[in-house]
Amino acid sequence: MGLLTSKQKEILLGPLSKNNPVVVQMLGICSALAVTSKLEPAIVMGISVTVVVAFANVIISLLRNTIPNRIRIIVQLVVAAALVTIVSEVLKAFAFEVNKQLSVFVGLIITNCILMGRLEAFALANRPWDSFLDGIGNGLGYGIILVLIGFFRELFGSGSLLGIKVVPQVFYDWGYVDNGLVILPPMALFIVATIIWVHRSRNKELQEN
Amino acid sequence: MKRDSNAYTVIYASVMVVAVAVMLAFTSQSLQSLQKANEDNDKRRQILRSIHIDVPANEAEDAYKKLINDAFFVDDAGEKTEGDAFAADAIKTFAEGKYPVFVANVKGQTKYIMALQGSGLWGPIWGYIAIDDDRNTVFGADFSHTGETPGLGAEIATTYFSAPFAGKHLFRNGRFCSIAVVKPGKQDGEQDYVDGISGGTITSSAVNRMLFDCLSAYVAFLTSNEIKEDGAVDK
Repeated sequence: MGLLTSKQKEILLGPLSKNNPVVVQMLGICSALAVTSKLEPAIVMGISVTVVVAFANVIISLLRNTIPNRIRIIVQLVVAAALVTIVSEVLKAFAFEVNKQLSVFVGLIITNCILMGRLEAFALANRPWDSFLDGIGNGLGYGIILVLIGFFRELFGSGSLLGIKVVPQVFYDWGYVDNGLVILPPMALFIVATIIWVHRSRNKELQEN
Repeated sequence: MKRDSNAYTVIYASVMVVAVAVMLAFTSQSLQSLQKANEDNDKRRQILRSIHIDVPANEAEDAYKKLINDAFFVDDAGEKTEGDAFAADAIKTFAEGKYPVFVANVKGQTKYIMALQGSGLWGPIWGYIAIDDDRNTVFGADFSHTGETPGLGAEIATTYFSAPFAGKHLFRNGRFCSIAVVKPGKQDGEQDYVDGISGGTITSSAVNRMLFDCLSAYVAFLTSNEIKEDGAVDK
């Protein structure tokens, strides 16, 4: 037996494709539209959500036998908000530049549906180690989709990737124009829809009749 | 005690809230001095970027001391007033009618740096604009924000947006016109302009308004004749 049992592997890897939080569970769509006009914020957001979901999952999982049922959502919110605030304060003191990029995401992470969804659906009923893996898996599953959307939006909207021009100048000389529409949030929906289309057509069991 | 009883729920919630509050207060208090130092260095870097000097955060203090000779306030009449222009919060001093001016010496030439502050789409935006000693031609500018949309309004903080300000004029035919932030091709020919951010229209308009509002406050200072050759302002 390796480090992970087959069930734990499924918990970790399932959200990357078959059980993806964004394109299968349809969670976290709003932030997927808001922060993906460039690739870099998409990557930063993906990493931040992964870290926060993993640790919030562990904390809720440790507390799961003490939390009163009627206020469990409030407890989850307080844990998530406290965690995000502490991370942000520490970054502000030791990694100021990173925090400046992250600051706008703080509010978005607390309200991220994936965070609440995983705490409610998984951490409340599972052991800390499994919950940690679930958090990492879902965070990465979310991150992959964000990076994909960010890649297409920055490439077609600004002709660059991570701020570096990749569309050669000769293209512009020949009359190529960056598509300003891709920068706007509605176009992200089209890209999400296209990803879902491709994903479903490759995974027949996800198709609904 | 049963987990779903009222007493347990109330006690649980109270303990949790107090514990989290203590934890957050402790984190905030213990990190405050480090955070303040970072914020001050960031402000120094913003001011220096407006005169095209980009230094890492750990060198900001030395570079600032070397290049910025003087910092003071001017009032609505363009008169110099005393005060610590660096430490003060520009939003408060603007409300009091005191406008910060930083005097820089760049390769022997005097540059005046003026503070800007306004409201963007989601929160405060601010910036610094440096002008040559003719008090008309812009030497450089730098903009910052708290929470504009990443990739859209937040682009005002990039040199892509701020670089074109260099060489623009605040006055035309002796009349204060400010600098417009416009959609490409939409300028009216009445004032100098730079391109706004595609998809960041509200933030771009906010910068446009901020430039006009804040620089209007400096007009008396910019048109006063009391600046000596060495750049010092008569009291």
